[in-house]
Amino acid sequence: MSINHHLDDATLMSHAAGSLPNALAAVAAAHLAMCVRCREELAIHERIGGELVAGLPGMAMERPAPAVPKAAGVETLTRPAPPSEIPAPLARLIAGSLDEVRWRWIGPGVWHRPLPISGTGALQLLKAAPGASVPEHSHGGSELTLVLRGALIDNTGRYDPGDVADLDDSIEHTPIADADAGCICVIANESPTRFRGIIARLMQPWHGL
Amino acid sequence: MVGLTFIPGSGGQPPLGACRGIMADLLRRVAERADPAAFRELYETFGPRVKAYMMRKGADAGTAEDLAQETLLTVWRKAALYADDKGSMTTWVFAIARNLRIDRLRREVPWQELPEWRLAEPSDEARPDEALAEKQRQLRVQAALAELPQDQREVVALAYIEGLSHSEIAARMGLPLGTVKSRMRIAYQKVRVALEDLQ
Repeated sequence: MSINHHLDDATLMSHAAGSLPNALAAVAAAHLAMCVRCREELAIHERIGGELVAGLPGMAMERPAPAVPKAAGVETLTRPAPPSEIPAPLARLIAGSLDEVRWRWIGPGVWHRPLPISGTGALQLLKAAPGASVPEHSHGGSELTLVLRGALIDNTGRYDPGDVADLDDSIEHTPIADADAGCICVIANESPTRFRGIIARLMQPWHGL
Repeated sequence: MVGLTFIPGSGGQPPLGACRGIMADLLRRVAERADPAAFRELYETFGPRVKAYMMRKGADAGTAEDLAQETLLTVWRKAALYADDKGSMTTWVFAIARNLRIDRLRREVPWQELPEWRLAEPSDEARPDEALAEKQRQLRVQAALAELPQDQREVVALAYIEGLSHSEIAARMGLPLGTVKSRMRIAYQKVRVALEDLQ
């Protein structure tokens, strides 16, 4: 899979640090599962974490080292799951395939499905019919959009499966789904998305967008 | 030591840098021979740092010590998976501690995987040139971090040590979100450039 749109360095840094809001971390993990390049960058970000923690002034331990179980190194590797349309990290949130999702209509040619997630942020699947535009919205805080099927096109380029749009709150955009295939993507927001289309705005109180 | 200027001295403990060269060897002893003495050394070196790391996220001293213990017991259990030819041991301990901190202190399931382990037999000796290169990489990262200007160093430390999100750092420092992110990007690029010929 050739991936052209990656996670921002600042997003990777916070993900490595373990300080990304939970919804964003879910999408970051899903992209990382598909993207060798970002995994290599993440390894450097994790090095930074290692050196920072190693450089902390230590707090003396009250207790001596505990007795350890006899056999060290008994854990074995879990092999990565085979590639699928739903990246492995999201499989625990999406039961079955993308064809089995129970969609909610939110506007002409646009459906969504909120995904349950604890902690900060909101996570949802979004489906757009071929050529449909995702209602214009701006972001309160950060947003990550990962394409799972089809493609999205906006003024920053074309997003195929595996591509992630890592946009900050200064950007307003109106992505359009691929004219043939439409699009299914997963979107994480640090705070709830405010769609600007009239219909979407009318629907907002009902669907928590 | 990394040399974060706003962090006071290490309170009389041996600087980790001095003994880190033998750490990978220690872990190999843990992995291959289940050597309790090696485990004790690991515990005494990393325990206090991991405890401090837990306390920075709000754990009280008792909880932090429990979590530090658990981190190092996890290191013990996973020792055979540790790939000393693929990354530094400090990174490995950090990743385990980070995930535990998310799990216990944020009460969320961590999305981060632990760094990749090698699939080969754990008893393979690390190639000497690779061990040397790894040591070089550590020194480069330490030097690059030590040279960061205060404004970049601060956002980096708030993210990694205090566990604050971009927005939380922006609020804490009274900066626009974009400024926080750009400081992180610049800081990261400096580390990345420092490693370029060693990857």
